[in-house]
Amino acid sequence: MTINKLGRRNFLKASALAGGGLMLEFNFVSMISAEELGTLVGSKELNVFVQIASDGKITIYSATPEMGQGVKTALPMIIAEEMGAKWTDVEVIDAPLDADKFGSQGAGGSTSIPENFDTMRKMGASAREMLIGAASETMEVDREELEARDSIVVHSSGESLTFGQLAALAVKQPLPDPEMLSFKDPRSYTIIGTTVGGVDNLVIVTGQSQFGIDVDIPSMQYASYTRCPRIGGVAISFNEAEIIKLPGITQTFILAPNDRADIAPGSFGEGVQGGVAIVGEDTWSVMNAKSKLEIEWDESAASHDDWERMILKAQQIAEKGDGEITLKGANVDPAMADINNKTLESFYQFPYVAHVCMEPMNCTAHFKKGSGSQPDAMELWIPSQYPGDVKDIAENIFGVKKENVKVNPTRMGGGFGRRGIHDFASEAMAISHHSGLPVKLTWTRTDDIHNDFFRVGGFQNMKAAINENGELAAWNQHYIGFAKEGKPVSGSGLGGNEFSMVALDNARVSQTMMPVQTPCGFWRAPGANTNAFVEQSFLHELAVLADKDHVEFLLELMGSRRWIDDGNVNALNTGRAIDVIKRAAEASGWGRSMPVGTGLGFSFYFCHAAHVAEVAEVSVDENRNLRVHKVTVAVDVGPIINMSGAISQVQGSVIDGLSTMAMQQITMKDGIIQQDNFDTYPVMRIAATPEVNVHFIQSDNRSTGLGEPALPPLAPAVTNAIFAATGTRVRSMPLSEQGFKLV
Amino acid sequence: MSQNYGKKSKRADNYQLGSYTSVSEILFQNATLLVTSDSGVILKRGIDEKMAKYEITVNAEKKIVEANPDMPLLWVLRDKLKLTGTKYGCGIAQCGACTVHVEGVPVRSCMLPISAVSGSVTTIEGLANGGNLHPLQTAWIDHDVPQCGYCQSGQIMSAAALLENNRAPTDNDIDEALAGNYCRCGTYIRIRAAVHSAALYYRADEQTDTHVIDTKNGGAS
Repeated sequence: MTINKLGRRNFLKASALAGGGLMLEFNFVSMISAEELGTLVGSKELNVFVQIASDGKITIYSATPEMGQGVKTALPMIIAEEMGAKWTDVEVIDAPLDADKFGSQGAGGSTSIPENFDTMRKMGASAREMLIGAASETMEVDREELEARDSIVVHSSGESLTFGQLAALAVKQPLPDPEMLSFKDPRSYTIIGTTVGGVDNLVIVTGQSQFGIDVDIPSMQYASYTRCPRIGGVAISFNEAEIIKLPGITQTFILAPNDRADIAPGSFGEGVQGGVAIVGEDTWSVMNAKSKLEIEWDESAASHDDWERMILKAQQIAEKGDGEITLKGANVDPAMADINNKTLESFYQFPYVAHVCMEPMNCTAHFKKGSGSQPDAMELWIPSQYPGDVKDIAENIFGVKKENVKVNPTRMGGGFGRRGIHDFASEAMAISHHSGLPVKLTWTRTDDIHNDFFRVGGFQNMKAAINENGELAAWNQHYIGFAKEGKPVSGSGLGGNEFSMVALDNARVSQTMMPVQTPCGFWRAPGANTNAFVEQSFLHELAVLADKDHVEFLLELMGSRRWIDDGNVNALNTGRAIDVIKRAAEASGWGRSMPVGTGLGFSFYFCHAAHVAEVAEVSVDENRNLRVHKVTVAVDVGPIINMSGAISQVQGSVIDGLSTMAMQQITMKDGIIQQDNFDTYPVMRIAATPEVNVHFIQSDNRSTGLGEPALPPLAPAVTNAIFAATGTRVRSMPLSEQGFKLV
Repeated sequence: MSQNYGKKSKRADNYQLGSYTSVSEILFQNATLLVTSDSGVILKRGIDEKMAKYEITVNAEKKIVEANPDMPLLWVLRDKLKLTGTKYGCGIAQCGACTVHVEGVPVRSCMLPISAVSGSVTTIEGLANGGNLHPLQTAWIDHDVPQCGYCQSGQIMSAAALLENNRAPTDNDIDEALAGNYCRCGTYIRIRAAVHSAALYYRADEQTDTHVIDTKNGGAS
């Protein structure tokens, strides 16, 4: 296999040369295997993440899956900071999947930073203590007189030893008690909070990075898989005789469905859906043969979901009044009926959308049939946000005991929540299990769109009353969403943390859930990515109704500075909200007069422990050509770990949000997804990119994640700006359906 | 429910028994020379299943591949030559992840059949000049452009073709040259900045002509 082939070629280290060139330096250390290094390998709790070689090279393991969110750089930065390493001495390498050694290895929900920060700090601090212990022994001085910084341990006299010189002795030091560790004063940080480039940048820009789709193992065959276009249909027969004769094809067969609710933790239906497998000598051959399949399907249990019918049904539901009440509201009906109050009712709609990770779903699987005392075994190479979960699938569907399942996680070409669900791995395992061959299954882009676990679409019917003082007197929010087996699907409905549910005085929230068969899953900032659009657009409608400045109206609603649930980072803190609102307003020049056809739009949203305010500056011409010129973002996620990565996540979230709201929707017609590829499901291109100005308020709170929370406020900031520019209120997505063209 | 009920083909059984003869071997027993050309395709043989032998120049190395004439260059590079830096994204020339150069011109390799390749091919793996990174690769690192990184090979190849013809591109020039390249992570802002930086490097280089660094692959063997 060729994973990490660049690593083997030993020229990983890049360094800048005077004059702007860049040299690929021969890195001798990487010729030595990790086992040969003088290591600081310790217990489960301490130091499995750090190794130091006698030449001073520091190796830090990255155990959290990387999909572009930057954890492979940010988490090792925390270790390096606490141990007193010089960042340029650090090489980061991927840890194998080993929960006993590295703990939970998953990435989702913007939790990698908050969940790992303390562990990383302890790893770094314990390594530092062992290095100081070694120096104290060598120099025969008190530990208190020693300090670790810049990869050396320095005595107060000025005498020093390098980490490399200390490595061999440091290994023999007793492991410090994790509870007794002390941590650096953040004011003395030299790595955390700085601008650091991604540790894999060199391998990426030279085409050497190994994504799942690039995996190559000995004797590997290539596979395609074809499911029923009408979701839930099952293959009965197909033109096997014709397919097997096509160039490069070695096997083709039907896989019966094998899907159960219990195959993986919290399974979404990620087993095998009945379809046709084709195995061959290369990817093109199996994709070519796939295009020539003629399959007879049993569609008796197939989906008849239909987006147009869903819209009509939702409108009927909204007309009938409230749904099932989830938050009562003290005095909603009288306030709505009071003739002295102004009232407003608005119906909002948002479509299903797909993930379209640039790297289509893929997985390489090798089922090895046991014999005699040798049990069945499975090995997998998979780009996954939760690679450990596929062990459960291997055991529950294929009867391979978890201890005999080896999972090799790879870099992911995007995740966005899609790669937390492993239907594609089930298929790869089933094809290997049936064919007896190691196979790489690669989905076509059409497979990737048709077989997604979509961001759920939905509707909200919003009502509110404004009193004579221009204050919000009542709020009545009816969420019309989707459920499977009586349970709202991921992202449908309000979670309970929303601004409207925790911070408004007289709010009623109710919901009505319609049944859905179309698979739904996590999509970057689930729930928040649609609710922000509805809530923050409607709040702007109310500010207009109240004849108030939008920002003033928002600040008024926030009221006093308070933490809704003291100490809980996942609860709204109105003080932090006020700060980001004010910062975004100030930085964007909020309130300035704008030329005709242009406008500023504001929004605030709290989710994933992040307080974010955004201002969009747009222009719209008479043909509804929409240009988003600039987006100003103010974010409070506590202290930033990697400034470069953090800015990148915010810029990317803004662009992702804009791309989605402008032109993306998945529609189903009688159970069949209508979009097939990027020609019918476009992604925003570079020309439409706005300027994005990012402002961090590094409050004295815990550092939390940034993969998701800057996305939700983008859509309402833009729709509110469109209103400011044109007087047209957008209550339905995507903008392309309303005649707007992003230019 | 049974796990599967498809039938294995005879061919597959042969394969597993180790008596399999590759399609190309069978075909070449009776092959005839059909085409000779000095521009990429020099040999094209085949009978009914069209399998043929092609000699192509990739990253300045001559390679001989056996492939169906309809197989896009993308899959020849990835599966036959194991050059996986060029990516599959859509198969319909919409996303640009598969961008390579043919005679210096950026093309979407996912829709270019191997039989139509008429010139030397450069992929992301061949963009660096020995040990020296291409100025765009340096700029991509300096600006910390990649997030997931999957589209970046294609982005860099499109940008490299632009800079060959335009040493001082405007934002509009960059937007036009990179219009065919999606980035799902939204790194477009840094892509633009990195292209401008690389262009500066070129211009500085042309003015002073003192910017030659020969590290011979950094000393690596």
